[in-house]
Amino acid sequence: MCECCSVEKDIYLPQTATVQEARILNATEIFVRFGMDDGNFDYVPGQFVEVSIAGIGEAPLTIASSPTFTGGIDMVVRRIGNVTNAIHKLRPGDKIGIRGPLGNGMYPVAEARGRNVVFICGGIGLVPQRSFINYVLDNRDDYGDVAILLGTKDPSQRFLTEELEAWARRKDVIFIETVDKGDASWKGKVGVVTTLISEIKDTLAGAVVSVCGPPIMYKFVLMSLAEYNIPADDIYLNLERKMKCGVGKCGHCQINNVYVCVDGPVFKYSDLATLPEAI
Amino acid sequence: MTTKTISKKAFKEFVNAIIAAEKVIGVQAKGERFDFAELTSADDLRLDYDVTLQAPKKYFLPPCETLMTFEVGGGYQSHIADEPFVLLGVHPYDVVAIAQMDELFSQNNADVHYLKRRANATIVAVDVVTASKNVFASSMKTATTRTGFDILLTDIGNAYVMEIATEKGRKLAAQATATVASADDLAKRESIWKANEKGLNKHPLEVNPEYLGKLLDKAYDHPVWEEKAATCFSCGSCNLVCPTCYCFNVQDDVNWDLKTGQRGRAWDGCLLDGFAKVAGGHDFRKKRADRFRHRLYRKAKYVPAKIDGQIACVGCGRCVGACLPDIANPVSVYNRLVDDLGIG
Repeated sequence: MCECCSVEKDIYLPQTATVQEARILNATEIFVRFGMDDGNFDYVPGQFVEVSIAGIGEAPLTIASSPTFTGGIDMVVRRIGNVTNAIHKLRPGDKIGIRGPLGNGMYPVAEARGRNVVFICGGIGLVPQRSFINYVLDNRDDYGDVAILLGTKDPSQRFLTEELEAWARRKDVIFIETVDKGDASWKGKVGVVTTLISEIKDTLAGAVVSVCGPPIMYKFVLMSLAEYNIPADDIYLNLERKMKCGVGKCGHCQINNVYVCVDGPVFKYSDLATLPEAI
Repeated sequence: MTTKTISKKAFKEFVNAIIAAEKVIGVQAKGERFDFAELTSADDLRLDYDVTLQAPKKYFLPPCETLMTFEVGGGYQSHIADEPFVLLGVHPYDVVAIAQMDELFSQNNADVHYLKRRANATIVAVDVVTASKNVFASSMKTATTRTGFDILLTDIGNAYVMEIATEKGRKLAAQATATVASADDLAKRESIWKANEKGLNKHPLEVNPEYLGKLLDKAYDHPVWEEKAATCFSCGSCNLVCPTCYCFNVQDDVNWDLKTGQRGRAWDGCLLDGFAKVAGGHDFRKKRADRFRHRLYRKAKYVPAKIDGQIACVGCGRCVGACLPDIANPVSVYNRLVDDLGIG
């Protein structure tokens, strides 16, 4: 017990970071790029940070950029709670607090090497996936065929549209997008994201599949993937939960015996399938 | 380790001597019941108590505490409480609970706030003299303990047997006028231990506690969760009084100058509505029955997996008394499961 006196690091203490760029993307999303004030930050796609806005609180947010990008750390944030609304007021030069990177459950950047990679994203579920997507695209030769499927509720909720267009133009990436409900301006596909899965049959063969979206989406995506006999070991899900501490103590993010903050937020479906509380 | 005997008169002098030297938290009467509070005189100490209203965990994980201070637009600075104190009169089941918390807050990401308070504490345990009306520590094998304290007192009538287990205990006991415990005193203590290991058992568990994890493996969809939770107020009283509940919330508080403030943590409870609700409104454990089940799975399955299989219910019985609709008693749920599902 007395070795505890030697514990010096405070796991709850954020380090300061400075906002480099803040850009409103649509009615609900903001893009924020920041840099750590002490420069140090090594992470793996799928890891998250606890972002502090002093006086308001902390929120867990998955990093949206890839560690292959060295110009800053990105997040895309929907304003929905106290902290995320405060994040929407950030301007370049503002200070924020960062704890992390957190989470031992990360995207399988190494295991997926040499294989096809499929990303299935629902709405803001695109954000955590962007870290893995950009990692794969920055190391394009290391991976097989790449397909990105994106479903958004309606055209007004789309974001990072320039990046989406760039993916769509690439010859070495299959990018297919749909919206649940179109409008007069929308010329693309209409329907839920699962309707796109049959279009990438060939890429799905032997692929690692990475899924992130709203809770309702997972079950339908998994049902569709089951039709193509994708092993549960090859499906990765990125989950959201309420979090406070981010380090496996406070109890909020527990799914049965699993802590999303330390065991996730990215899980193999095979590890989650036995947990009734997962979805 | 040395074992001594100290007369009750000398013990009183000993306690007053400690009070003069440092902060002492001791068990005292509170109305017709008992609680831990700062002790100013040995006359107020009640080592014959049955159970305290609150578990002593609050001295290591306070109901509200400041984790850090900050300046808006600036940095954050850890706020770590650093004051030595003596915790006097902890029952064995609570000693076991503290030892479990020590492990939980030390493992993986060590929590310096908890551990600093813990390192600053000298724990003087005392064997139970009066069984509380809901205690079931004998069932949980926590009615007595041989570890987890710095000093253990056992009331043998006109004196206490005083087991000094650690260096901290030795330093504290240096102020006491005590003699080496006689074989007769040790025999008296042995018989008290034997009696408590059987007698602190108002709600006998029908199964060996080690088996509870396996029992729960087949109980996830049992009707007992819905039945019990049908009258649950989601008040969190069971969480509040539990010596092994440690879930917490973290919140910022900005000062009147709007420039400085503090981030604190406060106890939270998994039975409370909204415990797992995220911004935007999705609640990952919305049903009362799911929250009720989660608590009992944590106690007998989830937390034990982190602490070498120890059951995270020490049989103090506080939740039994705190629960207004009288559904919190873990034994009545576990026994029901044993009856329905068998132990084979």
